[in-house]
Amino acid sequence: MITKKEVEHISKLAKIDISSKDLDMFTKQLGDILEFFKKLEKAKTGHVQETSQVTGLENVSRPDEIEMSDIEEELVECTPHKIEKKSIKIPKIM
Amino acid sequence: MNLTTKTLAELSDLFQSGKVSSREITEAFLAEIKAQDNQINSFVTLTEDLAREMADSSDSRRKNNTLLSPLDGIPITLKDVICTKGIKTTAGSNILKNFIPPYDATVWQKLKDAGVVLLGKTNTDEFTMGSSTETSNIGVTKNPHDLTRVPGGSSGGSTASIAANFCAGTLGTDTGGSIRQPAHFCGVTGLKVSYGRVSRFGTMPMASSLDTVGPIAKTAEDCAMILSVIAGIDPKDSTTVDKEVPNYREEIKKDISELKIGLPKEYFIDGIESDILESIEATKAILKELGAKFVEISLPHTEYAVPTYYIVAPSEISANLARFDGIRFGEGREGKDLNEIYSKTRNQGFGDEVKRRILIGTYCLSSGYYDAFYRKAQKVRTLIKDDFTKAFEEVDAILTPVAPTTAFKIGSISDPIRMYLQDIFTIPSSLAGICGISVPVGTSEENLPIGAQILGPAFKEEVVLRIAHNIEQNIAKDK
Repeated sequence: MITKKEVEHISKLAKIDISSKDLDMFTKQLGDILEFFKKLEKAKTGHVQETSQVTGLENVSRPDEIEMSDIEEELVECTPHKIEKKSIKIPKIM
Repeated sequence: MNLTTKTLAELSDLFQSGKVSSREITEAFLAEIKAQDNQINSFVTLTEDLAREMADSSDSRRKNNTLLSPLDGIPITLKDVICTKGIKTTAGSNILKNFIPPYDATVWQKLKDAGVVLLGKTNTDEFTMGSSTETSNIGVTKNPHDLTRVPGGSSGGSTASIAANFCAGTLGTDTGGSIRQPAHFCGVTGLKVSYGRVSRFGTMPMASSLDTVGPIAKTAEDCAMILSVIAGIDPKDSTTVDKEVPNYREEIKKDISELKIGLPKEYFIDGIESDILESIEATKAILKELGAKFVEISLPHTEYAVPTYYIVAPSEISANLARFDGIRFGEGREGKDLNEIYSKTRNQGFGDEVKRRILIGTYCLSSGYYDAFYRKAQKVRTLIKDDFTKAFEEVDAILTPVAPTTAFKIGSISDPIRMYLQDIFTIPSSLAGICGISVPVGTSEENLPIGAQILGPAFKEEVVLRIAHNIEQNIAKDK
């Protein structure tokens, strides 16, 4: 139901570098899991609305007030990379 | 007096009346942890010094008559997905093995404001993905009732910490059964709250439309006391609902003679261990004696719940775990460009189950498959939710087994789908966002704990806690 090539493709989309040994394992397991999902084909869902959340809350907003948490240095220090001028240094993007 | 076997409510009374200090209670638990946890492996991090400091503060407050709450001075643990400022929080994952959060989760802030004592952080399946704690990067937690068996999961470290008398209360998380199934395996009481009842701010997200944080303890009364502190709206979590928080400890003491309880025929199927069915039958008899009425009900879409969950949850997981890119926090690998940093970090940082779920979710959300999988699953989720809505028009609560089996042997389930089916009886209610509790009701022939699950409508925690409390009170009387 799913090929090695497809698993390779989704692992690229998910940004996970998978070894060829793991690729075989995941292809087999994902195939079984997708087969298991087929059970849902039986469920009659013609005019049924989708449920993406259960509380029914909509457009929850809060007053637009500035609050200082004063932890910017601690936040930056969580990085495993080099810090320069309170910023995280990463390889060039552009 | 052995303090570690006492309930949270008993310890609270002893402490508040000045019979025992918080320091004494804390030392008793620490001694138990040191003697036993090398066998059980329920802790990821032990916060011994902090615990003593917090206990001493509680003792001073008691002397000055400035106690903060009924939980003041009570030693607890927290599942290691709940962020604790300055204390390592790993989510059982290599990608966060040295992560020290710069802020507190709301539930931890509330417990601190109530005066609790933190003993440490407990083991979990990696990012809560599992039913056994076997996917944790520090290895499996052993079931205190039988060290060759799993404690269940994903909150297995937390439930084991209660069962082994390492603490008086703990918090776990339940997305598809992660509090209820391990509570059943470990013989403790665990509450899955309604979606929106308790803030998730600062708790590592897995599947955002399903995740809940809830209490685990020795009794329903203990869970009620913890819930009263952690429940309620949080401006930092916009999915919390502005509903009054009842005094749960008082509510549970009411009798249950007017309650009507449903038995869904889809939950009493082939493949359930006979000891479990017998214990549920005995529970029914106890509740009947107390005046509850029983009716058979039907939740016809139950069979679709597990596949629905394993589309919805991984889809949300694949989006949520995108934040673990090795840049701003957590472990990060070097690379010549960003793509290489991301892919290497995530390959080396995540374990197989997490990768599997990210891959499933990515597939279900990818172009061409979205309608067939994700949209379809969301529609079936509506059918499952409607099943419960209809049932609760007729009954006040629902009684079911928690899982088809008692605690299984470590390493005995390697097939992912078989592991997913562990949560066959807990997943439907998670998809519906309602509340449920796992309460100990018996032991198997092999002397393993058996729990019963009581499900209630959304925001009716007081009802399931009340039924659980009544069961506990009357089982104890029989002994």
